[in-house]
Amino acid sequence: MHIVIEPGRTEQNYWADLWRYRELFRVLAWRDLSVRYKQTFIGVAWVVLRPLLAMVVFTIVFGRIARLPSEGGAPYALVVFAGLLPWMFFAAALSEAATSVVTNANLIGKVYFPRLIVPAAAVVVALVELLIGLVMLAALMAWFGYAPRWNVLLLPLFMALAFAAALGPGLWISALNAKYRDFRFVVPFVIQFGMYVSPVGFSTSVVPAEWRLLYSLNPMAGVIDGFRWCVLGTPIHAQGFAVSVGVVVAFLWLGLRRFRRTEKTFADLV
Amino acid sequence: MSADTVIRVEGLGKSYLVGHESARGVHTSFREVATRGLRNLARRTADLLRGRAFVEGDDIEEFWALQDVNFEVARGEVLGVIGPNGSGKSTLLKLLSRVTEPTRGRIELKGRVASLLEVGTGFHPELTGRENIFLNGAILGMTRREIVSRFDAIVDFAETEKFLDTPVKRYSSGMYVRLAFAVAAHLEPDVLVIDEVLAVGDLVFQKKCMGKMQGVANSGRTVLFVSHNMQTISALTQRCVLLDAGRLVATGRTQDVVSRYLSESTRGGGVYVAAPAGGPTIVRVELRTSEAGNIQRHGAPMEVEVTITTPHPVPNAALSFQIFNPSHQPVVHVLNLDSEVAMLREAGTYRLTCRFSRVRLYPGSYFLTFYFGASHPRRIFEAPAQICQFEVALLGESRDFYWAPDTAVYIEDTHWSVDNLAEVAA
Repeated sequence: MHIVIEPGRTEQNYWADLWRYRELFRVLAWRDLSVRYKQTFIGVAWVVLRPLLAMVVFTIVFGRIARLPSEGGAPYALVVFAGLLPWMFFAAALSEAATSVVTNANLIGKVYFPRLIVPAAAVVVALVELLIGLVMLAALMAWFGYAPRWNVLLLPLFMALAFAAALGPGLWISALNAKYRDFRFVVPFVIQFGMYVSPVGFSTSVVPAEWRLLYSLNPMAGVIDGFRWCVLGTPIHAQGFAVSVGVVVAFLWLGLRRFRRTEKTFADLV
Repeated sequence: MSADTVIRVEGLGKSYLVGHESARGVHTSFREVATRGLRNLARRTADLLRGRAFVEGDDIEEFWALQDVNFEVARGEVLGVIGPNGSGKSTLLKLLSRVTEPTRGRIELKGRVASLLEVGTGFHPELTGRENIFLNGAILGMTRREIVSRFDAIVDFAETEKFLDTPVKRYSSGMYVRLAFAVAAHLEPDVLVIDEVLAVGDLVFQKKCMGKMQGVANSGRTVLFVSHNMQTISALTQRCVLLDAGRLVATGRTQDVVSRYLSESTRGGGVYVAAPAGGPTIVRVELRTSEAGNIQRHGAPMEVEVTITTPHPVPNAALSFQIFNPSHQPVVHVLNLDSEVAMLREAGTYRLTCRFSRVRLYPGSYFLTFYFGASHPRRIFEAPAQICQFEVALLGESRDFYWAPDTAVYIEDTHWSVDNLAEVAA
């Protein structure tokens, strides 16, 4: 192994290094996962409790009180739950990824490794919670006697889409957060605000048709719609979905670029 | 790069932008504050748009933490890096371990570099010792298989077997360091970077660490060792580089570089000063070591000068002091009684000098504790403790001398003779 360190030299072996340090990625993800519920009273039960409580509240507020329509004959509670899962994943992944560089400052200041590992490992924690959520969704569907269609086989693809949707902005914000701690205040705001502008508690069918494409500029609109189509077989607005996927890809590219450009100076900033 | 060179550093430089708050007058008006704030905001916005890091403060200066550094390290060499605080040692290590990028110059490395991490880095307090071994190993670049195969050796070395399944937040700081060192020492990098970690941990463990480091070097791997402890540097390295204000000012044999560093360093002398307290008082103690910076060369003379002020005669005055080693064991006791060398028989200020013609203390760091009183009636006026710290070093002695902490407390003057018994009988 021969290494040359020079200013401005983008290491040609960056992606190879990423593969070489896969063990670190695994260990960091496992660390974040295993410390997440340490010293909590009900522990992992939080993973089950949070979406369930949110589902109950949303179903009552949007379904019963506001009397918003459900989609394609699915029970309102299922529509809400299928929207909550990707949204909660996005919220958790984004907030974990955004602060990951700063919370791992001591490591970054002392050891070399591809920095991309840090936010990516942070997102894995949210991914595991999403998997648990999927098991709950299956149980709920069985309870309501609602059978999925062949679409459900595409689930890994839609999970990958949700992963990309969270990673893009997550990378971007984590890189910026290393420099400007303002983003610590931005993320909770984005998440709180995004919950209302994304179709979490309601279906996208309530959005007027002429606004549909504009609404799809919110990447989570497409992610949630796709997720519902996949597990519940509810109808999907193809053009809107394509727009959302485009936005997700654009964010991922921007995030990666930003992150790669600034990661060399992280050690000097955090 | 010759076959035997593992590290080559050429024209290496690293600069940082540092900001200062410019001096502001006493009558700072709201308008001034507001204009300054706006100006800074404008500058930060410009920096943000250009994608540069912004700097706090309104005067920005470029600061070179390291400038034009050149050196080479051969395979299997243990290189010491010394220099005063802020001379750029840590920056150099950061550049070598690829944590940050240089501003100028280049480094060529052959092989894997690993740094022995500071206490706590790479450990998670909530995880158990066992889990942390895997975490820390992965951070240092070991694969799972490598960690598993060395797990027992690591635990054995760290002596933390009993607490393997306890979260490390319950560990003592000593256990923490032992575990951290054990993991790093069992990693087998081509270049091991060690930044002043041996300062923690007890003496027995320090000794073990040094043995391990020597082993690492003997097995053909390269070690970069940064320390403020000149004795450790002298014992472990053959070659040293000396940094000062970001520049490489000397490279060469450890012995030469260390003495140059010591003669240049102007760290405050070992002087204790106190205000007269009404009664008889030790107002000043000055330790005159053979080298600058409170370093005493083993075998050289040393003086302890005590100044005492008394408003009245002190009958049967007694002054003594003890020299303590770092584990707080007294190793030397020195006493003067009025009946031996008369002192303090009238009011006034006296200077008492105690001269050691040849300091034979074992290398290490020491401090003094005084007792000032009268022998009969027995009383103590005051006892300034743990003052005048100094370090004893075997400078310029043969490199073959094996030094390790706690081998002895002092070195006796001895003379060896060897007779071949067959010849004596004949």
